[in-house]
Amino acid sequence: MPMPQPLSQSGADTAQRVAHVRTMARWVRQRALRMAFEAKQGHPGGDLSVTDILATLYFDAMRYDPANPRWAGRDRFILSKGHATGALYSTLAKAGFFPEDELTSYMQPLSRLNGHPNRVKIPGVETNTGPLGHGMPIAVGIAIAGQIDKTDYRVFVTTGDGELQEGSNWEAAMTAGHRKLSNLTLIVDRNRLQQGASTEDTVTLEPLADKWRAFGWAVEEVDGHDIAALLPLLDGSLARDKPLCIIANTVKGKGVSFMENKAAWHHGIPNAEQFAQAMQELEA
Amino acid sequence: MSAAASKTGLFDCRDAYVATLEALGAENNDIVAVVNDSVGSSKLGKFRDTFPERLINVGIAEQNMVGVGAGLANGGKVAFVSGASCFLTGRSLEQVKADVAYSQANVKLCGISSGVAYGELGPTHHSIEDVAWLRTMGNIDIIVPADPWETEQAIRHAAATEGPVFIRISRMGVPALERPEDAQFQIGKAEVLHTGDDAAILANGTVVCRALEAAKTLAAEGIHVRVVNMSSMSPIDEAAILAAAQTGAIVTAEEHSVRGGLGGAVAEIVAQHTPCRLKILGFAGFQPTGSAEFLMEQAGLTAEHIAASVRTLLDR
Repeated sequence: MPMPQPLSQSGADTAQRVAHVRTMARWVRQRALRMAFEAKQGHPGGDLSVTDILATLYFDAMRYDPANPRWAGRDRFILSKGHATGALYSTLAKAGFFPEDELTSYMQPLSRLNGHPNRVKIPGVETNTGPLGHGMPIAVGIAIAGQIDKTDYRVFVTTGDGELQEGSNWEAAMTAGHRKLSNLTLIVDRNRLQQGASTEDTVTLEPLADKWRAFGWAVEEVDGHDIAALLPLLDGSLARDKPLCIIANTVKGKGVSFMENKAAWHHGIPNAEQFAQAMQELEA
Repeated sequence: MSAAASKTGLFDCRDAYVATLEALGAENNDIVAVVNDSVGSSKLGKFRDTFPERLINVGIAEQNMVGVGAGLANGGKVAFVSGASCFLTGRSLEQVKADVAYSQANVKLCGISSGVAYGELGPTHHSIEDVAWLRTMGNIDIIVPADPWETEQAIRHAAATEGPVFIRISRMGVPALERPEDAQFQIGKAEVLHTGDDAAILANGTVVCRALEAAKTLAAEGIHVRVVNMSSMSPIDEAAILAAAQTGAIVTAEEHSVRGGLGGAVAEIVAQHTPCRLKILGFAGFQPTGSAEFLMEQAGLTAEHIAASVRTLLDR
């Protein structure tokens, strides 16, 4: 079996890679929003903030084989902020893990696409998430397994920023720093809003970069919607000897003017008129 | 079985656990142990020295420990996650639920010093809720071994089975139970250790040897009591419970809360199928401070009290 190669290893130039990821991200945003609109449920604000990160991982950086989703050599991704299923399911479908048509079943009775991802049912999902603060320890465990086996797969985990208020993340951060898990990358979807209010008004996270450095991590800060800036951080070209935390500054509700930076769209659902306008804006 | 009996003829089941894990670890490079600073209390020092790369100590961090176990399983490992049962289950209950049971991760949770082993340390360190917590979840085998042989079998079952298993391991001394040469452990199957049709004692873990003693006392009085070892708590042997109910009187006895453990499981089954007289022996709520043996006596988990409970039930 030929080893599946990600776009980042294909010889495509940066402009081609950025253009491809951007095209995919546009599709994922529109599809995710349609899912929430049709299901009348979901988390569109968080879907739209994390989309460019997901698109860069799945359509440029990561090595995987949708025909063999549990291929031992695959790069792993864990969406710790498991409520952003609109973005995750759209991405996985576009990447070929299951038919795009199935996205219409989102949150319908007996659908395998429930409001939070299930690894037993959905190919490409690595662990069941939903309750917050779970993804990091699991990603650390996978990275340790890779370290023991001296394999070259990489492990990515995305948490929300508000999610970092869960203490289990910091338990895992200590373990990762202690063990110098250089095969582990955390991307914090730093949109600065949690369900009810801003993170800084709820429980302050800043100075966030210093916290990770203090735990023994390398830290990079980036505009989480700047695909050209995300590529070199996620494609494995960055040399390092410790786990990497990417603080991706994002906008909740990114791409829809009336949703951007508004906590109400954490799980708000657009009406028909709003949906039409949003889809038009996301076309740009 | 390399675990040696102490001078009193009693065994510490942790010895059987670690001896089995070391043997399996030598056969299978994918077996790893994950601990929360509990190398000593889990007796895993030799495993660490033999397989240093495969002993992962995450420090005092139980939520992380269970999540790391699930991650190791994702990476192809057979993860034996060991810690004091009270913290392994209670502190990381949601990780057990979401990351292990619901995710069907190949993780083996080994709850050490379960029950009231840490009697004097008080209710924070008693683990008399663990079976009830995990029994509600589904997708996870729950085994409460009664002696060193059964502990070894439980560990071997766990290693050979893809998916979540919880094994509740005591440190209280227990005798090696007498069994036929060809005895086999089978998940979901109860084990009849003493025959009789006048009543039945269903027990597991450290209480099984006491139930057998009670049955011998009663036999001398002409009361013939069946003793059934219910080590497999999930899946549970419904047929064995319904057969026990045919005697008309069941006493359950366990080193666990009277709510939601073996007694609860038996009550759920008999009440829906074959109601019979039932007495549930175990711990009712938080316990005072005292040695494990003292607390067992207080709760009526002695051979004498179990026998008395059978007599009382038969007089009803």
